[in-house]
Amino acid sequence: MNKQPIISIQGLSKTYDGGFQALRDVDLEIRKGEIFALLGPNGAGKTTLINIVCGIVNPTEGRVTVDGHDIITGYRATRSMIGLVPQELPTEAFETVWNTVSFSRGLFGKPANPGHIESVLKSLSLWDKKDNKMMTLSGGMKRRVLIAKALSHEPRILFLDEPTAGVDVELRQDMWNLVRGLRDSGVTIILTTHYIEEAEQMAERVGVINQGSLILVQEKQELMDRLGNKQLRLHLHEPLESIPEALSGFDLEFVPESCELIYTYHSQRERTGVTMLLLALGEERITFHDVDTKQSSLEEIFVNLVTWEK
Amino acid sequence: MNLYAVKAIYVFEMARTFRTIYQSILAPVISTSLYFVVFGAAIGSRITAVEGVSYGAFIVPGLVMLSLLTQSISNASFGIYFPRFTGTIYEVLSAPISYVEILLGYVGAAATKSIILGVIILATATLFVPLQVAHPLIMLTFLVLTSVTFSLFGFIIGIWADGFEKLQIIPLLVVMPLTFLGGSFYSVNMLPPFWQTVTLFNPVVYLVSGFRWSFYELADVSLWVSIGMTGVFLTGCLVTVWWIFRTGYRLKA
Ligand SMILES: Nc1ncnc2c1ncn2[C@@H]1O[C@H](COP(=O)(O)OP(=O)(O)O)[C@@H](O)[C@H]1O
Ligand SMILES: [Mg+2]
Repeated sequence: MNKQPIISIQGLSKTYDGGFQALRDVDLEIRKGEIFALLGPNGAGKTTLINIVCGIVNPTEGRVTVDGHDIITGYRATRSMIGLVPQELPTEAFETVWNTVSFSRGLFGKPANPGHIESVLKSLSLWDKKDNKMMTLSGGMKRRVLIAKALSHEPRILFLDEPTAGVDVELRQDMWNLVRGLRDSGVTIILTTHYIEEAEQMAERVGVINQGSLILVQEKQELMDRLGNKQLRLHLHEPLESIPEALSGFDLEFVPESCELIYTYHSQRERTGVTMLLLALGEERITFHDVDTKQSSLEEIFVNLVTWEK
Repeated sequence: MNLYAVKAIYVFEMARTFRTIYQSILAPVISTSLYFVVFGAAIGSRITAVEGVSYGAFIVPGLVMLSLLTQSISNASFGIYFPRFTGTIYEVLSAPISYVEILLGYVGAAATKSIILGVIILATATLFVPLQVAHPLIMLTFLVLTSVTFSLFGFIIGIWADGFEKLQIIPLLVVMPLTFLGGSFYSVNMLPPFWQTVTLFNPVVYLVSGFRWSFYELADVSLWVSIGMTGVFLTGCLVTVWWIFRTGYRLKA
């Protein structure tokens, strides 16, 4: 893969009026043509970071370049390369889909091209809605229109800020197909999310941000290896005195009050040991009436990451 | 120069006008006609001509100015306040567009609407009173200058306002009184000397006076003072807008 950075962020900090520091000394390079996920809980600073690169928020300190151009002194060059799909769904209620998408293209300095707008609308299943007013559309449809607006000017970089918030399964699937298609055509994609699964499903690299600091940036596979702890909970019919000798080879924990046997394993490994454990339980004649699995929550992972980094 | 962007904003804003055509064009035309009926015909018939110009004709320039001022301010302030309110401003802020281009789009559209409106009101006026324009070019200059200046002023209000209330308050509490007391319906010379002096601090006096001069060669203050004062106000607005964009005041966090 091409490892040349298309966005380069150095020492970026943001303190909002009122004194709240939303970003702390962030360094980050986004590679040309990759899908990058910025993962972090609500309030971590993801939107702030995106908004600075796009020119919506002023940076307090630091420097950002896009394809070699500074975002402040070379804003015309940098902004015309970028399409942004914001987290919120602000729309012009009385405008039609067609007009609002065409408006975006003009705003970004491109001559009218009805053919392109048509193909964008079709790719987002919006073509039959093109003459509808924005206020008649559902939330999911509005999200599609905002994506169409961002794609109307043929950006080389696309920011998707929490693209699946409040979005139904169908649109989510359409959206991922679209994103992959764009990536294949050479567009660099940066998305933010607070769902690990989403980062896992889509991204090639993941950056984890918490309380304004970028904690780590890694290839997705490496990160998942580190984060992929899962717990298998078995609800037993009868309580155990102690964990039998035959099961001592497994990383097991018994909670007497709830009759739960908890097995912690690594979901990304080839061998998780789940089959072995269940067979061993059968041989010991330990029966259970329910089972569930649980992935570590983002919060737990952050705790792990932060302690791990120390 | 990102001309496509200027055009996009301009066309978008003009389209908004035509969508709300009744509110934007018809309402001011009707209210102006009512002024003619009340002040021109009903009351005006009992008022003697002012320096040889019938009262109905005398108030035409003032009425046009009244509409230009209020409409320029409300159009321009609404034009920029609304995207801030709904959040759609994010797109303008993230576009490869300079401050000058943003102004050309928003203020240009607001001023265009005012100019169209001014012309429509003048045309309406000819239905009620005999109208003569002694200096069409100067008349047009005032029309354009006033529209642009007060559209800029409206743009500033639209950025300063953080609620619909603030959006209304300046036009209502400042502009309306200044316009009414600015010689729209009377010649400043009709006032007692003390109030004549007070009036000179009202910027609208200069606009109305200069504008009226272009019709009837009747003026409260000299033409050049009128043009000069308008220029001063225009410059003040430009400096304020320049500061807003430099600091990102209420536009960028
Ligand atoms: N305009 C603003 N003024 C003051 N604080 C803000 C502003 N925007 C965001 N914040 C604060 O900055 C922090 C980061 O916000 P944000 O970047 O939106 O986080 P995320 O997108 O990761 O949820 C939050 O605590 C938020 O309250
Ligand atoms: Mg956010």
